Amino acid sequence: MLDLRLYMLQRLSALVMAPLVLGHLAVMIYAIQGGLSTAEILGRTQGSVLWFAFYGLFVFAVSLHGAIGLRVIVHEWFGLKGPVLSLLTWGACAGLLVLGLRAVFAVTVP
Amino acid sequence: MKAPARSHPLWLAFVLHRLSGLALALFLPAHFWLLSQALTNPSRLDGFLAFAEMPLVKLAEFGLVFLLAVHMFGGLRLMALEFLPWSDRQKTLAAGAVGVAFLISTTFFLKAV
Repeated sequence: MLDLRLYMLQRLSALVMAPLVLGHLAVMIYAIQGGLSTAEILGRTQGSVLWFAFYGLFVFAVSLHGAIGLRVIVHEWFGLKGPVLSLLTWGACAGLLVLGLRAVFAVTVP
Repeated sequence: MKAPARSHPLWLAFVLHRLSGLALALFLPAHFWLLSQALTNPSRLDGFLAFAEMPLVKLAEFGLVFLLAVHMFGGLRLMALEFLPWSDRQKTLAAGAVGVAFLISTTFFLKAV
């Protein structure tokens, strides 16, 4: 159900995300001080190459990681396998990627 | 006879990792969609951010942040078990130490910002 490639991809995406999650937690703690607004979020992120790269990479890694994780759960709980399982995996990956990149573009591209 | 896996206390670590991962994966589409409204419909995003000031929503957010943190540390523990040639007990202690250090430094950070 997980070949070596998917297994390693899951670990690799996890390792990439470990520092990103720590950064995201720090940003959240910092940003929610005194409430949040659209203008405040955009003021921080819009036009920033750094935030674009940070959250762009985060979205790529989490799309792979979330899709492979869901694949394991769906296989173990519902017994799905073969092409149906692959379709679900890559469908989830594509869905997360599209939604995630839309969000990153919305808050970083001026 | 070998004891069933579920009687082992670390079975809870597995369940916590799985359920937190599942919840985060299900939360992400809503999270992404709402952020994309910053461009297409800023008033809707602002409306939601105002709604998020309610104490009950803050509590839910605390839950989400907890899920993210617990999934990350659970994952680091898992990878330490798989990739590092330590004994299981050493890895559990190391994961615990990182968790406690994170808790203390975050508490400091919360007060400092």
